[in-house]
Amino acid sequence: MSVGLGQYLVVAAILFTVGFAGIIVNRKNIIVILMSVELILLGANINLVAFSAFLHDLTGQVYALFVLTVAAAEAAIGLAILVAYFRKRGTIAVEDVNVMKG
Amino acid sequence: MTVATFFFYLFSAVMIASAFLVITARNPVHSVLFLILAFVNAAGLFVLLGAEFLAMILIVVYVGAVAVLFLFVVMMLDVDFAELKQGFLQYLPIGATIGGIVLVELAFVLGSWTLGTVETAHVPTPTPHGLSNTAALGNVLYTQYFYPFEAAGLVLLTAMIGAIVLTLQHKVGVKRQSIAAQNARSGKETVELKKVPSRAGL
Repeated sequence: MSVGLGQYLVVAAILFTVGFAGIIVNRKNIIVILMSVELILLGANINLVAFSAFLHDLTGQVYALFVLTVAAAEAAIGLAILVAYFRKRGTIAVEDVNVMKG
Repeated sequence: MTVATFFFYLFSAVMIASAFLVITARNPVHSVLFLILAFVNAAGLFVLLGAEFLAMILIVVYVGAVAVLFLFVVMMLDVDFAELKQGFLQYLPIGATIGGIVLVELAFVLGSWTLGTVETAHVPTPTPHGLSNTAALGNVLYTQYFYPFEAAGLVLLTAMIGAIVLTLQHKVGVKRQSIAAQNARSGKETVELKKVPSRAGL
């Protein structure tokens, strides 16, 4: 019983699904939504690195590095928007954001 | 069962369990801590795959920076999290349904898919022999993928400037030094000579 590519893909798929369900379940709590997005990107990264290892190709790891970059930038910007919104409104309830609609 | 197999199942099980706890924990601080646990276990999986550099990056950047940023924000904002947890049971059926559908679809994709014959000679950047993972990654990152690498740096710069601009706030009552205004002052409008008559005063 050795670990092949399929096992890694299954683990990544489960992680992706958990993150996906987390966005729907925690619809009111935007901090947990951001964490769920991080989980989804981590699942994608596991896929990239697993393919990179089993195909003996470094491109997957390079792209995983870029995904990490984008995920870090997204977390920083998202949390900055969250802090600015909290200062303005005193709450982080996501359903109140639609007061901005024109 | 070899040691690598045992550690694969250990890391995977702990990672998925902590991912579940991230989305179900009542307290967001616990969510962040379970997120850190999930990242550490994913780093373990990366080490098993031979991607040591990415594993260390995951620990340093994610556990050290992003997760701690989440922790700061959760603790800094004075939010009533019990109120935010209200709709959890209401959204649980639809969340479980959609999650289940996605999982079944991914299972179908994985079930009908097999890896074709790998032609190592045709891959764009084959893993070189005799080099550590970090050295090999650096060799392709600074040559073949130089422009995407620079673009990633620009993305990070944009994120940094954006985060600063979004959260910087000037208090209204604070007096600040304006060097341009200071340099623009001339002596004529600042210093005034008054002829004072003798024994009269002003």
